[in-house]
Amino acid sequence: MTDITSQTEAALAAIAQAASLDALEAQRLDTLGKKGWVSLALKTLGGMSPEERTAAAPAIQSARASIAEALDAKKAALEAAALEEQLARETIDLTLPAQASPKGSVHPVSQVMDELAEIFADLGFAVATGPEIEDDWHNFTALNMDETHPARAMHDTFYFPDKTAEGKDILLRTHTSPVQIRAMLDQGAPIRIIAPGRVYRSDSDATHTPMFHQVEGLVIDRDIHLGHLKWTLETFFKAFFEREDIVLRLRPSYFPFTEPSVEVDVGYSTEGGRRVVGGHGDAPGHAWMELGGSGMVNARVLEFAGLDPKEWQGFAFGLGIDRIAMLKYGMNDLRAFFDGDPRWLAHYGFSPFDQPTLSAGVGAKA
Amino acid sequence: MKFSLTWLKDYLETTATVAEICDALNAIGLEVEGVEDPAEKLAGFRIAHVLTAARHPDADKLQVLTVDTGDGQPLQVVCGAPNARAGMKGVLGLPGATVPANGMVLKKSAIRGVESNGMMCSTRELELGDDHDGIIELPEDAPVGTAFADYHGSDPVIEVAVTPNRPDCMGVYGIARDLAAKGLGTLKPIAMPAFSAAGACPVEIRTDDAQGCPAFYGRVVKGVKNGPSPDWLQARLKSAGQRPISLLVDLTNYLMLGFGRPAHAYDLAKLSGAVVARRAKDGEEVLALNEKTYTLDSEMVVIADDAGVHDIAGIMGGEHSGVSETTTDVLLEIAYFDPARIGATGRKLGLSSDARTRFERGVDPEFLDQGLDLLTGLMVDLAGGTPSEVVRAGSPPSAAKVVAFDPALTLRLGGVDVAEAEQKRILESLGFSVSGDWQVTCPLRRHDIEGPADLVEEVVRIHGLDKVASVALPLVEGVARPTATPQQKLERGLRRAAAASGLNEAVTWSFLPEWAAEHFGSDQPLWVLANPISEDLKAMRPSLLPGLLMAAKRNADRGAASSRLFEIGRRYFRGSDGLSDEKPTLGIVLAGEKTQRGWQAGKAKPFDAYDAKALALQLLEAAGAPVANLMVMGEAGAQFHPGQSATLRLGPKVVLARFGMVHPATLKAFDADGPIAAVELFLDAIPAKKGAAFARPGFTPPALQAVTRDFAFLVPATLAAGDLVRAVQGADKAFITGVRVFDVFAGQGVPEGKKSIALEVTLQPGEASFKDAELKAIAEKVVAAAAKLGGELRG
Repeated sequence: MTDITSQTEAALAAIAQAASLDALEAQRLDTLGKKGWVSLALKTLGGMSPEERTAAAPAIQSARASIAEALDAKKAALEAAALEEQLARETIDLTLPAQASPKGSVHPVSQVMDELAEIFADLGFAVATGPEIEDDWHNFTALNMDETHPARAMHDTFYFPDKTAEGKDILLRTHTSPVQIRAMLDQGAPIRIIAPGRVYRSDSDATHTPMFHQVEGLVIDRDIHLGHLKWTLETFFKAFFEREDIVLRLRPSYFPFTEPSVEVDVGYSTEGGRRVVGGHGDAPGHAWMELGGSGMVNARVLEFAGLDPKEWQGFAFGLGIDRIAMLKYGMNDLRAFFDGDPRWLAHYGFSPFDQPTLSAGVGAKA
Repeated sequence: MKFSLTWLKDYLETTATVAEICDALNAIGLEVEGVEDPAEKLAGFRIAHVLTAARHPDADKLQVLTVDTGDGQPLQVVCGAPNARAGMKGVLGLPGATVPANGMVLKKSAIRGVESNGMMCSTRELELGDDHDGIIELPEDAPVGTAFADYHGSDPVIEVAVTPNRPDCMGVYGIARDLAAKGLGTLKPIAMPAFSAAGACPVEIRTDDAQGCPAFYGRVVKGVKNGPSPDWLQARLKSAGQRPISLLVDLTNYLMLGFGRPAHAYDLAKLSGAVVARRAKDGEEVLALNEKTYTLDSEMVVIADDAGVHDIAGIMGGEHSGVSETTTDVLLEIAYFDPARIGATGRKLGLSSDARTRFERGVDPEFLDQGLDLLTGLMVDLAGGTPSEVVRAGSPPSAAKVVAFDPALTLRLGGVDVAEAEQKRILESLGFSVSGDWQVTCPLRRHDIEGPADLVEEVVRIHGLDKVASVALPLVEGVARPTATPQQKLERGLRRAAAASGLNEAVTWSFLPEWAAEHFGSDQPLWVLANPISEDLKAMRPSLLPGLLMAAKRNADRGAASSRLFEIGRRYFRGSDGLSDEKPTLGIVLAGEKTQRGWQAGKAKPFDAYDAKALALQLLEAAGAPVANLMVMGEAGAQFHPGQSATLRLGPKVVLARFGMVHPATLKAFDADGPIAAVELFLDAIPAKKGAAFARPGFTPPALQAVTRDFAFLVPATLAAGDLVRAVQGADKAFITGVRVFDVFAGQGVPEGKKSIALEVTLQPGEASFKDAELKAIAEKVVAAAAKLGGELRG
């Protein structure tokens, strides 16, 4: 008995001393292994009489249990220490830079076009397109500017030497208005479209580029009047700039393709050297800024587009996309729009995930 | 149009302030472009009396003046003008005043060590004229100490933009009429100076071109004395930005600017025989008043006599017969020309003038006799002389347009309810006459009125566009319906997919230098502008790559380490009908460093053709193209490296994209440093998805797990890996669901002319797990398929 007790104590002491898993395994083999003394002692129980067995078993069983427990505990402790050491070894310098993936961007013109599409879709407008290399008829004649019309001279038109089969001049569209004609000819009335796109004028200075972007709007129905035009533009600008204090001023003007024709001004103030849209243009610290031309579609234009002006009437408007983009997002140099400088594109461009939605607000804040 | 307030008040009885007048002008469609108030400009400039003048101790050309500005405290001023002297009166700018000509703010200073308390000013410095030889000398009686603005007369000048449909407002009187209609005052009748005409016109006047010149009226005034115009006339012309020339010229300008009515005065002594309006002869020449010679043709109308052409009708007079200081007898011409022909002539000659602007828009056909009498009367008044009777050839258009107007249209089209009586008042105040049943007769000067909508405009602009209330567009019930077309959705999705791939969207010019367009051209001719703004913006792009390459080069020149640019836009071709065929396209240029040098990655890496391929496939997939079915083929184009570029095709003919490394010759042509990778996606070639629905097909993952087997083949070095993959893929269509290249190796251990390609083949069991014999059979098929391409299994 005392033998087992002292043997057990010696084994437990050795287990406690084991410095490695290998040493611990040696202890296990010495004790609980096939040839270990505990296992051998257990085997002796089989040859004993029941009385002898009853007397000897508890000591041996207890020795086995306490040694097994000590082995497990020690093993866990040694493993934990090993893991700790391994982790310490694996430590890296996380102040080192990680590999960056390039960030792409969406051009402000595209972003604003998406915003336009989103807002106007809510008002029932579809997006229409047309060719940029146009003929004289769609760009001028059908818009009530015949060849001798003085307004043609104001358009600074780029011409090609080519002619259409019917002998019409071929040119770069000077505005998005020819899309009106094409859309009406294609779809008839009623119709609600916007037509954003590139337009071209032979004009280049600090604030003009020979290529720029416009959006045309057209609503033709039976009872559309100037009040609807005003509401539509107000509603659009409120949604676009996400502010309720947008005030528009309509001024009489002249465009051959509308009658009456109105110029649209918006009230703004200047804050920190930047124009901020909002407020009444006549209020202190405010002024008016021209945003675009509009009016009721001229009866002649409706006729050219195959509609009966006695039955149909409506309005059209044209806005500069680059200009409203600049107003909203604070760019001040139009020429930089077309330069492809990644610094500018990263600065003024938009995350691909800034997809304009009505629920989130169409605009993307900086 | 510029005019002074005084001039406006010649015709408009009004008590309105300048601000009220400007608001009204804006409201009625005469946009105010600017108001210049000389009182503001001349603030801080006073009349000063020079008391003493002495030589500056340290400068020969300077004098030290003491000047009295009326407050009894003479100021010391240093002055460099040669005419500065004791006793004279001039204009002193006090410290704080801004010199109008150069914006300099005056301050007390020391000039070569002598204190100076202001500046004696020249005419030019105050923007009152061109004289800069000395300081302004005022008369003896000029009141010392008075603000110079008050002494000089401060008359605000208003500048308005007159739209081309309103030639009747290209004279101050017309503007006064519109303002009177708006309620800003009362229009005064035109003051007609009395004169008596004596004797028939001694010159025969004729129009031989009734279409081009329907009416030509004339009159001779003999014994006039030319010279400078009186101050009132000079002041009015100056306010309009017109330099006074001489009385006779100034009077015709006054008629034009005051009443929108161009007229011409010929020196009678320079004319011989009948004066005739006729078509020019082809090749006929005239030296115009701008001292340029114009060659005319038979589409143009001229005024000529026996000796030749004296006037490009309605546009510019001739130098030869123009009036001069010594002119004593004049022939006055007032005519009506066909507006279209004037416009065509002006465009063809590239000649603009105030007269052309008015004639081509249409002058008032009812203002020939009155205009001529007004001109004659003023001339007789101011220059003396004896006028003859008028001689009239032809007659101006006289048929007034009558528009049947329904006053309810104002509400229906204009969206504002204006009482019928007010509508009538507005129209009548603008010179329309309105009958009881609303037949509206238009004044002949209103060439712009075509129909009822124009009358709505007249009523609404005078009544006030601000009174038009916003009315909501009728909207469909419920949530707005989607409106985007498949093409629009494709472009929107691709744009964001490209940006999400790390590319920056650029917008580059649609037009290119011709060489750049040609470099990327196809077999069809380019669209080349006839009148480009510059050689750099001349030919419409046949590819998006040149514009992006040029941007990448600019960026590199600015020190950018890399450019990852894309653009979605059109390429411009010719359709079978000769018209424009504009193809939606996505272009990508990858230039510079793909990865910077780094502690992990080592050296900086450039972009390669596989970067281009990855983007092409990724974006085609985003576009919904069936990328699994695409073939990688050649012929990316001469602008690409022939061995490092390819096309992606759907079938052998439909090219969806091209990609690869840009050809070194192209890099050289664009002066760009390589390597540069590029991609072009041809969006119009991507087939639309057919019959797509929201619901996806059911999800049926295979019941049993797939297994993979690796094979390595020695194949001829020239064999395309894709061919091997396709062959292996086809070796057992039932079970092989994937083949992936995971290693390509040539060199040590691989025979010359060969390479090793290692494939991971995925096998998907069907109902039951693979048995060894089945796997063996499949492996044999794979090896056999590779063998057909010259592949042998590596041991």
